[in-house]
Amino acid sequence: MNRLSRLSRLSRLIRYTIKFSAIITFGVLFFIIVYILVRGIPYLKPSLFALEYTTENVSLLPAIITTIIMTVLALLISAPIGIFTGFYLVEYARSGNKLVEIIRITTETLSGIPSIVYGLFGLLFFVTALGWSFSIIAGAFTLAIMILPLIIRSTEEALLTVPNLLREASYGLGAGKLRTIFRIVLPSAMPGILAGIILSIGRIVGETAALIYTAGTVAKIPENLFASGRTLAIHMYVLSSEGLYTNQAYATAVVLLIVVIGINALSTTISKKLTKGNIDG
Amino acid sequence: MNKVGINMKSKFLEKLMEIVFFISACVSIISVILICFFIFVNGFPAIAEIGVFKFLLGKDWSPSNVPPSFGIFPMILGSLYVTAGAIIIGVPIGVLTAIYLAKFCPKKLYNFLKPAVNLMAGIPSIVYGFFGLVVLVPLSKNIFGGNGYSIITASFLLGVMILPTIISLSEAAIRAVPRSYYEGSVALGATHEYSTIFAVVPAAKSGIIASIILGIGRAIGETIAVVMVAGNQARMPAGLTKGIRTLTANIVIEMGYAAELHRGALIGTGVVLFVFILLINGIFSVVKRRMA
Repeated sequence: MNRLSRLSRLSRLIRYTIKFSAIITFGVLFFIIVYILVRGIPYLKPSLFALEYTTENVSLLPAIITTIIMTVLALLISAPIGIFTGFYLVEYARSGNKLVEIIRITTETLSGIPSIVYGLFGLLFFVTALGWSFSIIAGAFTLAIMILPLIIRSTEEALLTVPNLLREASYGLGAGKLRTIFRIVLPSAMPGILAGIILSIGRIVGETAALIYTAGTVAKIPENLFASGRTLAIHMYVLSSEGLYTNQAYATAVVLLIVVIGINALSTTISKKLTKGNIDG
Repeated sequence: MNKVGINMKSKFLEKLMEIVFFISACVSIISVILICFFIFVNGFPAIAEIGVFKFLLGKDWSPSNVPPSFGIFPMILGSLYVTAGAIIIGVPIGVLTAIYLAKFCPKKLYNFLKPAVNLMAGIPSIVYGFFGLVVLVPLSKNIFGGNGYSIITASFLLGVMILPTIISLSEAAIRAVPRSYYEGSVALGATHEYSTIFAVVPAAKSGIIASIILGIGRAIGETIAVVMVAGNQARMPAGLTKGIRTLTANIVIEMGYAAELHRGALIGTGVVLFVFILLINGIFSVVKRRMA
């Protein structure tokens, strides 16, 4: 009897500790989001969205435009390469292929490299060795390498969920391999690939350390791809390290948070659709 | 005749695209080689010029002195201290939260909390860093004294930042444990809590360890958030409530104006960081392979 009550007391202790930890985790997340929204939203003034950056208005708009350019460019470079790599790994490579093993190791390595090392590499290779100086294009190439493993992995996983039956049916109707991949496999794997691409957009938008010494920190809308420009995240870093524009930094944080929350919601919805489709099929 | 022509054209296209796919697949390999090459080739000469031991174990970093001194031991210790702090804070909370999500959480709540973990992973480090700057630094100043920029502040912030990594991987590991472990334990009369902690979690041990290793990698490599709250003094650690500079911070703070040997020493700092990361990744894949 005594032993039993001790056991149940211990069980209760375990349960409370576990619940308490979960409350801390999600409480902290909730607090961060609410704190930044509450402090930042009042400072989202129209002057923050002026076309021209001056030290008076500290406008966000050039940074937002730069962020969009940077995102599109990095995706244009990385998405085809990543998706094609997925095609090769899943549709072409035979199992036990040495190259597949090596690619797997390199993508794992790439995803573990910290962004400051990417930044250092971008500075040494794109900015210095190739002579691109601080520019949008140097930043975009650096980011493209950084998000490559994310796109490869999501493509691979999405392709693997496509049932072989579809491929065989397509071959049976006389379609070639290429046609099968682009017309049959790719459409059904699209939600998974999209979810990966959306997540990489999140990485690009939030990246700072890899861009400071590749894209630079100029606060204007870049005139061409070889001009320097700052994305929103760098804008926020510069504002908060200067220490003069804390309120504007709050406002920038709000914009970043809203973008990230939107991106995550979108990616969740899309991957949910994917799993639902699989159950139906 | 025409049909043969089309056939040949499509054969050619098939072959061409296969080659394109193959070349794309090689890009990630080439990238890793390029990254290693450029970091090491630019870093090693400076390390050699300074002297390996003087560089790694030197306690004095004063690049603008005459003669300058480039010892990064304070930064190595700095990185290790804040990483250890992050692990002490992040691992217990992260693993317990993972247990909660896998075994205690009602389904409806789970559908809400799981995306929340993903969101936590998606919040940019600059936002975490800013939050640390405006909330944690003043808080730590009030509680522990000093100016608030300290090992403790950085550890707390990093501890929060590695939570999603630890939670996601640990949860997956716990879910991968066969149900029979749990059922066997319950059948022997153990409670739900007992069965989870003493039968299921030990079986998920290697997955949980893998999540911790990945968390260590994240903590060591984190840059912007740490720069904003750690104080960044390039000196030997003077106490938990005092400021510190990490390897990553050393690069990002001084790279903007460094030249010649100073610049080389910063790239050398990158080499040391990179070697740390490669080691951690190596251990991670060994543990993961053992899991499979």
